[in-house]
Amino acid sequence: MSDILVAENVVKNYGDYKALNNVSINVSKGSIFGLLGPNGAGKTTLIRIINQITMPDEGLITLDGEPLKPDHIKDIGYLPEERGLYKSMKVGEQALYLAQLKGLSESEAKARLKYWFDKFEIGDWWNKKIQELSKGMAQKIQFIVTVLHQPKLLIFDEPFSGFDPINANLIKDEILKLREEGATVIFSTHRMESVEELCDDIALIHKSNKVLEGKLTDIKRQFKKNIYQVGLIADNKAEAIQNLKENFELTDATFKSLNDELQFNIKIDDKLPANQLIQHLTSKGELTHFVEVIPSVNDIFIQTVQNY
Amino acid sequence: MNHLSLITKREYLNKVKNKSFIIMTFLSPLIMVGIFALIGFLTQLNNDGVKTISVLDESNLFANKFENSEHTKYDILTGLNLEDAKQLVRKAENYGLLYIPPAENVDAIADKIKFYSEESPSVGVMNTIEDKIEEEARAIKLKESGLDPVLVSKLKIKVRANLETFDGQKTSKVGNYMKLIFGGAAGYLLFMFIIIYGNMIMRSVIEEKTSRIIEIIISSVKPIKLLLGKIFGTTLAGLTQFTVWIIIGSALMIGVSAFFGVETSQGPMAQQQEELIKQASQNDEAQQMFTTIFQEINNMPLANLIIMFILFFIGGYLLYASLYAAIGAAVDNETDTQQFMMPIIMPLMLAIYVGFFTVIENPHGMVSQVFSYIPFTSPVVMLMRIPFGVPIWQQLLSVLILFGTFYITVLFAAKIYRVGILMYGKKPTYKELYKWLKY
Repeated sequence: MSDILVAENVVKNYGDYKALNNVSINVSKGSIFGLLGPNGAGKTTLIRIINQITMPDEGLITLDGEPLKPDHIKDIGYLPEERGLYKSMKVGEQALYLAQLKGLSESEAKARLKYWFDKFEIGDWWNKKIQELSKGMAQKIQFIVTVLHQPKLLIFDEPFSGFDPINANLIKDEILKLREEGATVIFSTHRMESVEELCDDIALIHKSNKVLEGKLTDIKRQFKKNIYQVGLIADNKAEAIQNLKENFELTDATFKSLNDELQFNIKIDDKLPANQLIQHLTSKGELTHFVEVIPSVNDIFIQTVQNY
Repeated sequence: MNHLSLITKREYLNKVKNKSFIIMTFLSPLIMVGIFALIGFLTQLNNDGVKTISVLDESNLFANKFENSEHTKYDILTGLNLEDAKQLVRKAENYGLLYIPPAENVDAIADKIKFYSEESPSVGVMNTIEDKIEEEARAIKLKESGLDPVLVSKLKIKVRANLETFDGQKTSKVGNYMKLIFGGAAGYLLFMFIIIYGNMIMRSVIEEKTSRIIEIIISSVKPIKLLLGKIFGTTLAGLTQFTVWIIIGSALMIGVSAFFGVETSQGPMAQQQEELIKQASQNDEAQQMFTTIFQEINNMPLANLIIMFILFFIGGYLLYASLYAAIGAAVDNETDTQQFMMPIIMPLMLAIYVGFFTVIENPHGMVSQVFSYIPFTSPVVMLMRIPFGVPIWQQLLSVLILFGTFYITVLFAAKIYRVGILMYGKKPTYKELYKWLKY
């Protein structure tokens, strides 16, 4: 798969403060790319540079192989984290205005808005003022405005904040649908479970540097520690544990089970294949549970940031 | 449609459709005219009662000269001494008692005349009485010295220098007043407009910041376009409001003066004017005054003034509006704007002071000239100078400097704006603003 967006060695300084230090990312076409990082790491700066809101001091960004230029604005849809609408303007007028700023003609914008308003069943909001809507309702309008001009690249910064679980799901489904239709999504959030659920690739930015990037599965593989969660019914528990501790590194673990069994994590080194471990375990008792512990994005995030 | 015109249109419609804007636009002229009408009415009401003034003239020189008028009645007392007269007047609750003591000659009387009243009398009443006595006293003195008053008034010569410029343009003192009024009004109007609409722009920028729509917008358009669109849109809204004011205002003024005209001289405007002229022709002085005023207005470079008013209006407004917008971008809410307002208000105030003191004193003096080129004061000062005749090339130079400065200022303002609109939280210092210029 080719890359739709490539950032190479991007540097951005605010006075003496280095907001981005040689950051490079590659976002492949049709993927959902998670841009992660602690608060103040530089994510928003990078996103703003991609949106041409600010200019990088050094480095190059290409969209579909071309260096970023003003005309690319219509190819990008951006839902900022700090978002709002004109409070005293009517919903319909406002959506039309924002769509026209993205280069749609008035009639085209109207037709597409009608489609989305019907889809979300919010047609009767058209003549309401934003200040009459709830926060979640306004967020829906913002989402529609972001995707209305059918951009190739969508950038969502905390898209689910302010939504109830039902609406969050609705938006999540729309994002997935947009991806199916060929759009690429850059997704910035602090909610790791949505990263887990949605992202194909991730990049982690910390203290202005990119500290991690790659396919989510590759990164997980890289972070896995050959630890298995084990449930074992042994006649003599103490002896079994004692015996295992001589050969392996054991840590405590708890999981839900119907049996009264020993529960622990066991770490093996790379040389020992998993089936040999199983053989070893079954010799100690009845094996009820054997699962490889896969690091969560949450763990990877915390581990990377703390060790940096 | 391109971005700039889209933004301008939105800003314009947003302003114009705003309820308070509509109310302000249509109500202010009504309120203004209403206040004038009210003042007129109240003044009339105030003078409505007939004042009775008792006169005790022991000199017997003036008593028969006091003729009753619409608002004043003179009650001539005879055969009373001062104390009795005072008591009488007080009892009758008359307005006051004029006491003229006995004397052998007019000069001796002059300082001894007294006016007794419950409260201090109005200036108007006193002027009338004093004028009457003075007039009569002069006549008496003329007679005493054997001169014929009629002859004297015929011999009186009034000197009024006819002012003329080297180009042959006639001017006069009256004309100078008219010029002051026109120039002053134009300058002051501009001053008010800049402050009112500058604030409007600033609020609109702050609104975009606080409602957090700004990042959505500037991911679609360049900040400078948003800034310019905002300035242009608000300018157009202002011009619209202005035009409506002028139309309604002049319609109402004509209406009101016609209304009052009917009451006073029984005829519509045209007739009234004719009558005025007729009346005036009975009086040499008044007629001359009247014609001079019209002549002077005609002589004034009106077309020049109007065109330059529009140019300076736009230029001056754009210049200040970009500064207001930069301030709006730098802060989070209106209360934080105070410290940055000073540098904007100061040159404007300076322009007004220079205009009203220096230009009036000497429209082509050094200070007036210098301030009519400095872009931050030139719109006000130059407008005040134009009625007194400023060479076209100087006017154009000043306009050119103004627009050039606007161009440079808007670039700086755009930088502060670009950084400021995405900054939340703390109020920046001047030092930080300076740093933003370099981002």
